[in-house]
Amino acid sequence: MATAQRTWIGTDVPRLEDPKLLAGRATYVDDVKLPGMLHAAVLRSPHAHARVARIDVSRARSLPGVFAVITGEDARDLSNPLPAFCAEPVVEYALAVDKARYVGEAVAAVAAVDRYTAEDAVALIEVDYEPLPAITDPFEAMKPGAPKVHENLPSNLVFEKTLSFGDVAGDFATADRVIRRRLRYHRASAQPLETAGAVCRYDPFSQRMDVWSNTNMINYVGWLLANTLKVPASKLNIIPLYVGGSFGSKHVLGKVIAIAGMLAKLTGRPVKFMEDRVDNLVACENLACDRYYDSELAITRDGIFKSLRVRVVDDYGAYFQFGHGTHGNALAQATGAYRIRSLEYTVRCALTNKCQQGVFRGAGSDAGNFNLERLVDAAARELGIDPVEIRRRNFIPPDAFPFKTPQGNVYDSGNYPAVLGRALTMAGWEELRRMQAEARRRGSYIGIGLATAHQRSVYGPTEFWFWYDTPGLTSVPESVGLALGPTGEFIVTMFSPFWGNSPETVVAQTVAEEFGIDPSQVTVAYESSQHGLPSAGPGGSRMTVMLTGAVAGAARKLKRKMAQIVAHHLEAAPEDIAFAGGRAMIRGAPDKALSYAEIGFKAYWFKLDLPPEMESGLEARHTYDHPYLTMPSPDRKDLGAFYPMMAHGAHIPVVEVNPHTGQVRLLRYVAVHDVGTIVNPKSLRGQIAGGITQGIGMALYEECAYDAHGQPLSASFMDYLLPTAMEVPKFEIGHVETPSPFTEYGVKGGGEGGRMIAPAAVASAVEDALAPLGVRVDEVPMTPERIVSWVEAARRR
Amino acid sequence: MPRTVPIKLTVNGVQHELAVEPRRLLVDVLREDLALTGTHVGCEHGVCGTCTVLVNGESARSCLMFAVGADGAEILTVEGLGQGARLHPLQEAFREAQGLQCGFCTPAMLMVAYELLQQNPSPSEEEIREAISANLCRCTGYQSIVEAVQLAAARHAVAGAR
Ligand code: FES
Ligand code: FES
Repeated sequence: MATAQRTWIGTDVPRLEDPKLLAGRATYVDDVKLPGMLHAAVLRSPHAHARVARIDVSRARSLPGVFAVITGEDARDLSNPLPAFCAEPVVEYALAVDKARYVGEAVAAVAAVDRYTAEDAVALIEVDYEPLPAITDPFEAMKPGAPKVHENLPSNLVFEKTLSFGDVAGDFATADRVIRRRLRYHRASAQPLETAGAVCRYDPFSQRMDVWSNTNMINYVGWLLANTLKVPASKLNIIPLYVGGSFGSKHVLGKVIAIAGMLAKLTGRPVKFMEDRVDNLVACENLACDRYYDSELAITRDGIFKSLRVRVVDDYGAYFQFGHGTHGNALAQATGAYRIRSLEYTVRCALTNKCQQGVFRGAGSDAGNFNLERLVDAAARELGIDPVEIRRRNFIPPDAFPFKTPQGNVYDSGNYPAVLGRALTMAGWEELRRMQAEARRRGSYIGIGLATAHQRSVYGPTEFWFWYDTPGLTSVPESVGLALGPTGEFIVTMFSPFWGNSPETVVAQTVAEEFGIDPSQVTVAYESSQHGLPSAGPGGSRMTVMLTGAVAGAARKLKRKMAQIVAHHLEAAPEDIAFAGGRAMIRGAPDKALSYAEIGFKAYWFKLDLPPEMESGLEARHTYDHPYLTMPSPDRKDLGAFYPMMAHGAHIPVVEVNPHTGQVRLLRYVAVHDVGTIVNPKSLRGQIAGGITQGIGMALYEECAYDAHGQPLSASFMDYLLPTAMEVPKFEIGHVETPSPFTEYGVKGGGEGGRMIAPAAVASAVEDALAPLGVRVDEVPMTPERIVSWVEAARRR
Repeated sequence: MPRTVPIKLTVNGVQHELAVEPRRLLVDVLREDLALTGTHVGCEHGVCGTCTVLVNGESARSCLMFAVGADGAEILTVEGLGQGARLHPLQEAFREAQGLQCGFCTPAMLMVAYELLQQNPSPSEEEIREAISANLCRCTGYQSIVEAVQLAAARHAVAGAR
């Protein structure tokens, strides 16, 4: 169906989610209140690495209002290790057993009548620590003989592998030039305004554990959590709630759920554990990748890219929950928008005494884009080719799609020159350059940045395991139930939570499109895991694609049933029934019709009006699995298609830099994206603007800094700086639409592009601003201190 | 048992008499004791602004204020903005301009926008940005919030006279 023929997909339907959010009526996890509920608080290690020699909880336990105090020893009895997505034996319990491995690791937890009392009790716990040498530098950590973060592992180098695709050695040997950069992408953190939390209720007689949480582990791998909590998987019921932002950080939340769950089991009362901001900053699972790149791009003298070599050392912190998942992710688009024939990717994963990595919007592909685009800017400079021109020369041309990359991933569709062209026009590129030249004459440092980069969407689960020799999961489903009720209303049941995106609006728009009704007539409900169809939930920019796919599939099934009822009633063939304007009619005879209300009423309450073999009721369930996934080859020379819905964007920020103070002001920000068919322009714009804001944060402000002893230096919002309304400019956002051939309606994901591209774009702008001083930007965030030090270093050169 | 102190609060026009521990925060009284969970908590250290409510007409961070300090005060929370089952025109403007995504910062954003428009019925973009700059939003990038406030101002959604 072409866009022009669509009624609802592609229009600014007001979000169904909003009225209750605006009225303050949505239920977030901290709003859950159960009779007899207790509140938990956690004692955290002040040491980055220390043996827990003795814990005395007696004073805490005897405080009135305290119901339970647990330590690492108890955690080992009450629970199993937390779920991990890696094959390496990196064992993590919700509370530190024997030793604490980072500042902030939980060593004890209390359940009490209220949070105040719980915190009083935490203050009464006495711990004797035997400090151990803290290892905080990944290069030191990987050296033989370094103090070990985990004694059961051979070393802190928990994983090391090189994947190679195509003739890398040959392409480098025949290249005219090799562009080299060492780049540093510091650790940032998702910091949704709502911290992670859980309320657990346990019934020892039925062994049922009810969990209210802002996790995404509703259905997909919730059973892993059942193992952690030592309850039968079928008795773990996870109830979805409204979630105050995640940006990837709330996928698992094993620790908060396990702490609340253990305390609930022990006390026999429901227990809420809600992280506070300090908990979230020092100990949540949302710290992002922390990488050192050592990269090479082989090029011809005309600036044609031949081969790319990426060597990454990633500082994972103390545990390895997601394994090297964020590198699998980055590999989906490692060669970006460019035709590069060969690729070599070496990853070394180091364990150190810091909070572990999790997932943050972009999931490591943001760092990959930063690496690649910095190389491209360097190539342009070294060859004296315009940055726009060098990109144009290397873009995959529009007629080359679907395009297979050297590593085996497939890009579905795209028109990169059109995206870049639109961005240049919107920005007024030539005019900007004139303005810049004039500003330079006046002595002010204006910079114009450019990054063109990818945003992969709709992950395939093979990326979780293709680094290993043995295969793993291959499903990444999303299901919905679609019912036409007895009074003619449509009800959609989802099996994944609201995470700040617009799932209710997306399904309502799709139902409206399919049945010719108004989206406001659609009711959307969320179901808990015990009612579950398989659903993997939000993540990897997949929800809009997966929900439109699932609803379209369910709509087809439902229409077949409806057509049978109508055909039976009107004595026609089911194939001749069409659906439009709230009615089902005989094609070519629109006056012969039944309204949806009439169909619903018959289906529910007039069994004798139905075709004889039909059951009462009118419902269809559909599970939409990954639309285009292929297996990796056994030798991993071809990773298969695993992240094929490839959105794309071009960002042009304009900055003014003060080289004396290091201050960066954003004057303008132009962003053009292609996410295939747009479902809801306004909510897409929100996703892009919010993502760019986080990318600006990554570029300029946000860093989870640690000192040499592993003490976090950004443990509050006073030090971990999020952009405010004063730092971000008014965004100028444009679109190009190249529909995906693989998905329903041609939709691609748009959730991460802003954050994926902005760090590279802003770095490019700052480097451009300081070009007259000879500064090169190889590191983000570009804090004032760093900028000033770069300027000074360049002056000394 | 910890010592408690009797206080009176008028919240969204309704009078409450409570006995609270002196250390009990206003936000906990609102959310836990009065079950007004529309006001959210983002940081508990006074930086994010998510817990903002109006105390005697002025915005205040309810995570930094002891409930005893609000004794006798008139408090307005997001639940007091709309009328019965209807959203306030300011909330409608947020809806139309999609000034929200996850909705977590939204009640507080509404309160500061309401305060701004009462004091300054036709603020410039710069003034709006400044007014909301003490409130963090991690989702929207602020642009749509600014547009929502502009829309509300254009419609005179908030009465200016106080
Ligand atoms: S919760 Fe009060 S300012 Fe953050
Ligand atoms: S809408 Fe999510 S924090 Fe503002």
